[in-house]
Amino acid sequence: MIEIENVRKSFGSLEVLKGINLTVQKGEVLTIIGGSGSGKSTLLTCINGLETIDGGRIVVDGTDVHAKATDLNKLRRKLGIVFQQFNAFPHLTVLENVMLAPVKVLGQSKAEAEAMAVKQLTHVGLGDKLKVYPNRMSGGQQQRMAIARALAMSPAYMLFDEVTSALDPQLVGEVLDTLRMLASEGMTMICVTHEMKFAREVSDRVAFFHKGVMAEIAPPEQLFGAPKDADLQTFLAATH
Amino acid sequence: MFSYNFHWNQAFKALPQMLEGALVTLQIALLSMAIGLAVALALTLFRLSGNRILNGFATAWVEVARNTPALFQIYMAHFGLGNFGIHLSPYTALLVGIAFNNAGYLAENFRGALKAIPDTQTRAGRSLGMTPLQAFRYIVMPQMLRIAFLPATNQMVWAILMTSLGVTVGMNTDLAGVTQALNAVSFRTFEFFALAAVIYYVIAKAVTLAARLAATRMFRY
Repeated sequence: MIEIENVRKSFGSLEVLKGINLTVQKGEVLTIIGGSGSGKSTLLTCINGLETIDGGRIVVDGTDVHAKATDLNKLRRKLGIVFQQFNAFPHLTVLENVMLAPVKVLGQSKAEAEAMAVKQLTHVGLGDKLKVYPNRMSGGQQQRMAIARALAMSPAYMLFDEVTSALDPQLVGEVLDTLRMLASEGMTMICVTHEMKFAREVSDRVAFFHKGVMAEIAPPEQLFGAPKDADLQTFLAATH
Repeated sequence: MFSYNFHWNQAFKALPQMLEGALVTLQIALLSMAIGLAVALALTLFRLSGNRILNGFATAWVEVARNTPALFQIYMAHFGLGNFGIHLSPYTALLVGIAFNNAGYLAENFRGALKAIPDTQTRAGRSLGMTPLQAFRYIVMPQMLRIAFLPATNQMVWAILMTSLGVTVGMNTDLAGVTQALNAVSFRTFEFFALAAVIYYVIAKAVTLAARLAATRMFRY
């Protein structure tokens, strides 16, 4: 369970998160929508401790993420995150990209890590690209590799930060399909996205962020079908 | 107006001796590069550490190495340290002086290379649970070394040429030292130094070509 309690975060004088309260249950798929600068991506990087927070707290399975005593490297093993940029490691093959952290961080044997990497890469449809270097692949393929790389750590939660935003339009579908597959398998996911159709389909709940505030959160049919918040109504009207 | 009689035979007779010297030259250059690379990596980590003292130390090293004559650096290693009771042989002093110089230039190469690697690479590594050092070691450093590889081969050539400064601290077994000794007894300055220059040129070119070849084999992405 991820518990977010009254979280505040500022960059200089700009307050990007103004007291966010949110709980994500095991097995839940939560998508976060909202305009740019609404704080939704920042929240994700706060959850895995890449960003500090200025108030409140975030608790993952009982561990306070930003407590001094917390071993963030250990905590991050259970929080997979995939970013807008694919962040492929260009000097490693696809297989090596996925094997690196399981070997170096989890201390798995090469054979063990390779078996897991092959399994995850096959799962995301890259089983025939094992020996290829990332720069020989399309953006969509690189992004699916990044997903497999995160999954190879056997995380309990997956955070997706606008993972289709840097893709050519014709490549968005294959990555969304991968996310749909994960959702249907019961992975706990928080997806920050601009893909409204996707959000409507896969989410258990959808949260709308506006200017650092979670203005509305509801099941998709309710949030999209009968939005209450005025800013959300404007936002949805503009995106349709 | 031009009455010098060339005596190339004397020089060619000394060729085996000079080639032996060339091996010593190459050995010093290679060792100084190995030491320089290791120190440059350490200096790079110091600069990334966020520790002011370590960062200051690394910056001072790079500044001195790059902005003072290599001759002075080698002089300091021999005569300068000698004043403090640390007596290095000409060979060691030359090695230390060149390694000092190499480390400074290579650390600066690394710094430039690091600028070309986006922060998001480290971020991705940290997100996978890596420590900062692991992210550097497995993700950033290999990319940095690749970018810095060809500039580093320039430094290797420079290291080969710098070994000739060893004659100023009494080095007499490397190519310049051997040549200087032969010159001292024969006064055939032009012939001996011309031949030595050709040998330096050939070594330098061979190193550059070997490095290019190695690069295409090592970097397959």
